Amino acid sequence: MTSLDLYTWAGVAVFLLALHAVVTRAHLIWKVLAINLMGTGVFLVLLAAPARRDPLMADPLPQGMVLTGIVVAVAATALALGMALRVVARTGSPFLTVETETADPDPDAPEAPS
Amino acid sequence: MTGAELWTTAVVFGPLLASLVALGGRAWTLRAGLALGSATALAGSFGLWVEVTREGPVRHLLGGWGAPLGIELWADGFSVVMLAVTAVVGAAVSLYSTSYFGDLSQLDAEKSPAGRAARYFAPLWLLLWSALNGIYLSADLFNLYVTLEILGLAAAALVTLAVTPKATVAGMRYLIVSLVGSMLFLLGVALLYTEVGTLSLEELAAADLSGSMATSSLALMTVGMAAKTALFPLHGWLPPAHAGAPAPASALLSAVVVKGSFFILVRLWFAVYGGGSDGGLLLMGGLGAAAILWGSVLALRQRSLKRVIAYSTVAQLGYLFIMFPLLAPEGLSLAGSGEGSAGWSNDAWTGGILLALSHALAKAAMFMAAGNMTYAVAKDALRDISGVAHRLPMSFLAFGLGGLSLAGLPPSAGFVGKWLLLREALAARGWFWVAVITAGGLLTIAYVLMVLRHALDREASSGEFRPVPKRMEWAALLLALAAATLGVRATETFQILLQGGVQPWS
Amino acid sequence: MELTPLLEWNALPLAIVLSSFVPGIAIMFLREEQARLRNTLNMAGAVAKVALVGLMLQGVAGGASYEWALEVLPGLSLTLRGDALALLFVTLSAVLWLVTTLYAIAYLEGSQNRRRFFAFFSLCVTATTGIAMAGDLFTFVFFYEALTWATYPLVVHKGTPEAIRAGRAYLFYTLGAGAILVVGAVWFQVEAGTVQFAPGGVVDAAAVAAAPVVWAFIFAFLLIGMGVKSALFPIHGWLPTAMVAPAPVSALLHAVAVVKAGAFGVTRLLHSLFGIEVAWEMGAAAVVAAIAAFTIVYASVRALAQNDLKKVLAFSTVSQLSYIALGVALLDPLAHAGGLVHLVHQGIMKITLFFCAGLIAQTLGVKKISQMGGVARRMPLTMAAFTVGALGMIGLPPVAGFLSKWYLGLGALGAGQPWVIGVLLASSLLNAAYFLPILKTAYFDDPDPSWATGERVPRTRWEADWRMVVPALTTAAFSLAAGLLAASSWSPLGWALFIIERGVL
Repeated sequence: MTSLDLYTWAGVAVFLLALHAVVTRAHLIWKVLAINLMGTGVFLVLLAAPARRDPLMADPLPQGMVLTGIVVAVAATALALGMALRVVARTGSPFLTVETETADPDPDAPEAPS
Repeated sequence: MTGAELWTTAVVFGPLLASLVALGGRAWTLRAGLALGSATALAGSFGLWVEVTREGPVRHLLGGWGAPLGIELWADGFSVVMLAVTAVVGAAVSLYSTSYFGDLSQLDAEKSPAGRAARYFAPLWLLLWSALNGIYLSADLFNLYVTLEILGLAAAALVTLAVTPKATVAGMRYLIVSLVGSMLFLLGVALLYTEVGTLSLEELAAADLSGSMATSSLALMTVGMAAKTALFPLHGWLPPAHAGAPAPASALLSAVVVKGSFFILVRLWFAVYGGGSDGGLLLMGGLGAAAILWGSVLALRQRSLKRVIAYSTVAQLGYLFIMFPLLAPEGLSLAGSGEGSAGWSNDAWTGGILLALSHALAKAAMFMAAGNMTYAVAKDALRDISGVAHRLPMSFLAFGLGGLSLAGLPPSAGFVGKWLLLREALAARGWFWVAVITAGGLLTIAYVLMVLRHALDREASSGEFRPVPKRMEWAALLLALAAATLGVRATETFQILLQGGVQPWS
Repeated sequence: MELTPLLEWNALPLAIVLSSFVPGIAIMFLREEQARLRNTLNMAGAVAKVALVGLMLQGVAGGASYEWALEVLPGLSLTLRGDALALLFVTLSAVLWLVTTLYAIAYLEGSQNRRRFFAFFSLCVTATTGIAMAGDLFTFVFFYEALTWATYPLVVHKGTPEAIRAGRAYLFYTLGAGAILVVGAVWFQVEAGTVQFAPGGVVDAAAVAAAPVVWAFIFAFLLIGMGVKSALFPIHGWLPTAMVAPAPVSALLHAVAVVKAGAFGVTRLLHSLFGIEVAWEMGAAAVVAAIAAFTIVYASVRALAQNDLKKVLAFSTVSQLSYIALGVALLDPLAHAGGLVHLVHQGIMKITLFFCAGLIAQTLGVKKISQMGGVARRMPLTMAAFTVGALGMIGLPPVAGFLSKWYLGLGALGAGQPWVIGVLLASSLLNAAYFLPILKTAYFDDPDPSWATGERVPRTRWEADWRMVVPALTTAAFSLAAGLLAASSWSPLGWALFIIERGVL
């Protein structure tokens, strides 16, 4: 394994760690952070990608992808944080309640007419 | 500008432009935006249909820049069919939404949640529409990622328009699932790029994808897309999200949004990877079968109307995954060796996609009809819609016709789709699939009837009844009629699906 | 018959289907109060249908053939074919729809949801017509399944918990068997390579011999699908339960349209798909004959125990339908003729009986046989019609029912199955055992005194609404005429023999 391959595996490792965090951490901000970190992992992999075929050439395509990816991640994070704030405002808790699928929550709970 | 260029531009950029128009803030800008979006999407889809029928798959290099640096839009039969059904459903739901949210001039977006919902539904939906059409026309992996991401963000936002605590939580969960799914997809893209060095679907199709990195890539992308398509067992986020959203949003989510990620899955597995592995196909089919049974059984246990329909979506999406093993050249079955067909199975291809179309039309109609019923009685519980059948006969009929389609009864497109899938399953001696398809149909009837029975029940009629605008009833009924009668003529759909076919780049 | 066809228009079958489809859809868009327009549309459609069917009859008798097809998918089309066999069923449906429409308009006067009722009523007839003229198995299944959902709103029309329960049972049987039917039909296409109906069948005997288990399953699945609507034991249970529907529904649908669709399906299965010889070689036809024979006797025994008039008629229908199945399952053309003609005879006789039951229920509020004492004095015309129908069920000449049994018996002898005659005789005796007491009660027992004085039930000029009495008398007259004038080539019997002789079966 070359030193450049290391970047690829490191990226995957970061991704997996972050994925683990998304699934196991219940706090919303943790989840959002973890998703961002997953993105970082992917970007590492992307940047290391062209090295397999030609370690010396700078391939612009992955760099473009990473930049676009960062922009998309910013937008997604903004939405996620905004939504997290709304969740806290409306339910009073930054943790997502566990939904058991067979239990149907009381359909007559007050709902705003939409 | 060639026809293909015109129509593909219209179908992606029309709704995008319309979304900007709809942000104008006045009541008329909303309607104008929706009208512009619907018109361009409908014109573009059907224009492309004609174009692809005449000339086969077409491409459009945006700005004249070719791959690998430019963005290429590519339309074959499968793309066109999905574009068309999205356009029809989208136009109907757009019409529905103009009445559903009430009169904007009387609602202040800053002050009331209902006002906010009214104001932002149209721009969000039009953005979503543009992204979805982009998915259907994408010819490279990264474009797929970007459009997929926009789709997910817009869809999650649509869920939270309902402002209730339940909807907000459901929307947040949906967003998280969606983002994780996209990240898995992107990692898959990155690994694939590492291995092969190209993002273009056409070039990938020609490349050797048997290495372990390519296989892991497919696995990652599949898990991501499966989560977004709510394939069992990653379906838990769907019922609360679809049920909690406002009715037009629910209709769109179940009918067209989940089809986007499904489209990507099919393209990856068959067009790019050439069928994946036999074990993989069986796994997808098996999960689909589990979805059908689990979703239907759970649908029967729900006490609220929209949740029944949401679980129905989980079940019906399972049918689409049964298409995977049935498409395979050797004709896989779980009971001994199959006799199968030589190439890809046209029956399974057309049948599966017809079921997707039928589901889109029928499910949108059913959510709109349900929306009408809950609008009238201002409640969502099944026990509260008693007697609604007599006050809202059109919506009741729309719901029934939608159910007819889902159950696969003639003259609906669902009937023809099932006939085709069964034909392939029987030819391949896949008894398990035959049993699942048949049982699924019967379970569907069971939960549809459950709702109809509550709606017919005069004796427990509740008091309050808000009159429902005719436009909303017509939108639901027209889509339901489309779903219920499309089984009479599927020749054109069959023929266009052969343009490109299962493996357009082989 | 020497005739020149008046009209050789290939879309005539489509026109016949549309003549009830268009009014049905149009009625859905009317308002509930627009009763007059609705009735006009209904009657106009019914008259148009009878006229078009008459033209087709004349054409086919003169040697013309009619075929119309719409491609659904490459290799699958909706095919409507007007040949002698199709016409047997179509004519029955068209004529009886006309009289039942008049009856229903009167019966449902003043009740709710008539718009929904008449819209779906028309759709049911549309589906029945499609079944009758289906040129292949795909088209047949298409309309057959559509008939199931089209009849559901009519079964649950009253909206009572009992009606909804009955509707659920109805769907359980019909949709369950329908799902099996579809599997059988698709499998047939896969194994036989075709879905076409053809006289003498499309299945190759050698192919069956090569894969007997597969073909046995296919036959079984198709038989279950057809057999549920044909009320073969043990999937007949929905029929008595469905009697909760209003009388016009029971009369037209459950005595004629739906059940005859099932019986017609069994006929198609045995003759146009497998071919009667292949079916006998497989042993499948013998199974059908055995089940049918059992059903004939079983249902009659069940009828003995019933006190509700419509339930008796329901079990009688179950029993009589199996005559058709039995007739077409035997290996003799006379038996086929007997089975086919009974499709018509049973239809007209049974509808008479149901019309009368509805009349008695509507006018006097009487549903149970025990309360029917002296009805004949209060409603003589109705009981006269009922008597004709009952005698036909028992098989006494000159009512048409006798002829069906005669030909079935002859056919049984010709096919070397004399035990069938025993079944026919037993059935006649059982029929007498439950119909004669009804007649006795109606004619010879003392009536409820309030009827004569007009206290609870006012007397009108006619004994009841003329729009209900006239249809009952009309179909009773048909039953008599079909028997008395059977020698004519235009009688049902003549037409059935024409079908056999033409080799259309």
